[in-house]
Amino acid sequence: MIKVILRNIICFVLIVLFQVLVLNNVQFSSLLNPFVYTLFILLLPFEISGWFLLILAFILGFSIDAFTNTPGLHASATVFMASFRPMVLRGIAPRDDYEIGTFPRLSQYGFAWFVKYTVILVFIHHLFYFVIEAFSSFNLLTVLARTFISSIVAIFLIVLSQFIIFRD
Amino acid sequence: MRNLIRILIRYHFAILFLILEVFSLTIYFNSNQNHKNKILNSSHAIVAEFYSLSSSVFQYFNLSKVNYQLNEENTRLKSELKNSYHKNSVNILEIYDSLYSKKYIYRTAKVINNSINKQHNYITLNKGSRQGVKPEMAVVSTTGIVGIVNEVSPNYATVISILNTKLNISAKIKRNNYFGRLNWGGNDYMHVLLNEIPNHVEKQIGDTIVTSGFSTIFPEGILIGTISNFNNDKKGNFYEIEVQLSTDFKNLAYVYIVENLFKNEQIKLEKR
Repeated sequence: MIKVILRNIICFVLIVLFQVLVLNNVQFSSLLNPFVYTLFILLLPFEISGWFLLILAFILGFSIDAFTNTPGLHASATVFMASFRPMVLRGIAPRDDYEIGTFPRLSQYGFAWFVKYTVILVFIHHLFYFVIEAFSSFNLLTVLARTFISSIVAIFLIVLSQFIIFRD
Repeated sequence: MRNLIRILIRYHFAILFLILEVFSLTIYFNSNQNHKNKILNSSHAIVAEFYSLSSSVFQYFNLSKVNYQLNEENTRLKSELKNSYHKNSVNILEIYDSLYSKKYIYRTAKVINNSINKQHNYITLNKGSRQGVKPEMAVVSTTGIVGIVNEVSPNYATVISILNTKLNISAKIKRNNYFGRLNWGGNDYMHVLLNEIPNHVEKQIGDTIVTSGFSTIFPEGILIGTISNFNNDKKGNFYEIEVQLSTDFKNLAYVYIVENLFKNEQIKLEKR
């Protein structure tokens, strides 16, 4: 149990640093803002209770906000995405349900399952984020273009991380 | 009472979700409206320390380009030096008089954080109130306009970049002094839009756009960019001019913060 908590704390710090120091500095165009930090929410254990999931999502989003000068923007998007996680997990559960002691990872539930899981949640997050960000000067086409391009890159990086870092 | 508690327990997930969502959206939209990001701000000490650490590493990648720009500016300034002019007149009586009094003070600052890919982009600088920086000072670079100081902490300042859809600046066509409102369209970090230029005004692609100097913030004649395209706007009375920025926001490294010493006097007069 302590091992799981410790591992998640380290994971949290590394993911936030990776997002703000590396990805936020990759500025090819305004269409490309992949938010890979959502990976932290994806990888939390199955047994986590709902309220704790939301609180963690809020803290995660707010830490990113601290670095990007957008108080509340990432926090709201991450909380929004986290609120869908239990529902999505139930919806795509394998026939004999999730085994106790396993984690939502590619190595444990397979490529197809993990990609489905990631695509739904990351897309929800990015759509919410870009709609709120462009709120006053709303242009559906640019918002959708931003959402699609950024989500695809983020999903690619998240799936890639499963092959490189979270292999066990 | 017991029912209330039962409802709270039953729907705690939805209730907590609503609380967090309303809370974060409220602070986001409030911070948006009055340009004041009091709650979180990268001029806050810890985050800023962090950024200045990371920028001290990453600045090396831009070094050659920055050097080149500084060199170019040095050449220009040197060519304006007094001893690079030939004296044409024979007799010169030098008088030190009070005809000129200093209006603008320049301070250099280093960019320690910058973004170009959001709708509301901000820049963080490593100079703050201790170095005399105040909100609403102009920020320019060696190549042109950059933005306006937003918030200051003792050692850092955040700047609303031109690449921020909330920022409007008064700008004019240098050739004929017609002025309009400059705003970023929100798409492309190389281009901004100059609105409210009437139809009859003569202009060409390539014309220079500079600051008008009407506001108390920017000095007159700071380079913004050149006209790259123009179209009629929807109503057809004004032109919407696309301006190619002269500053490349992607490799911004050192900037000048401009203080207007006569600002208060002008504001006081105009308020009367």
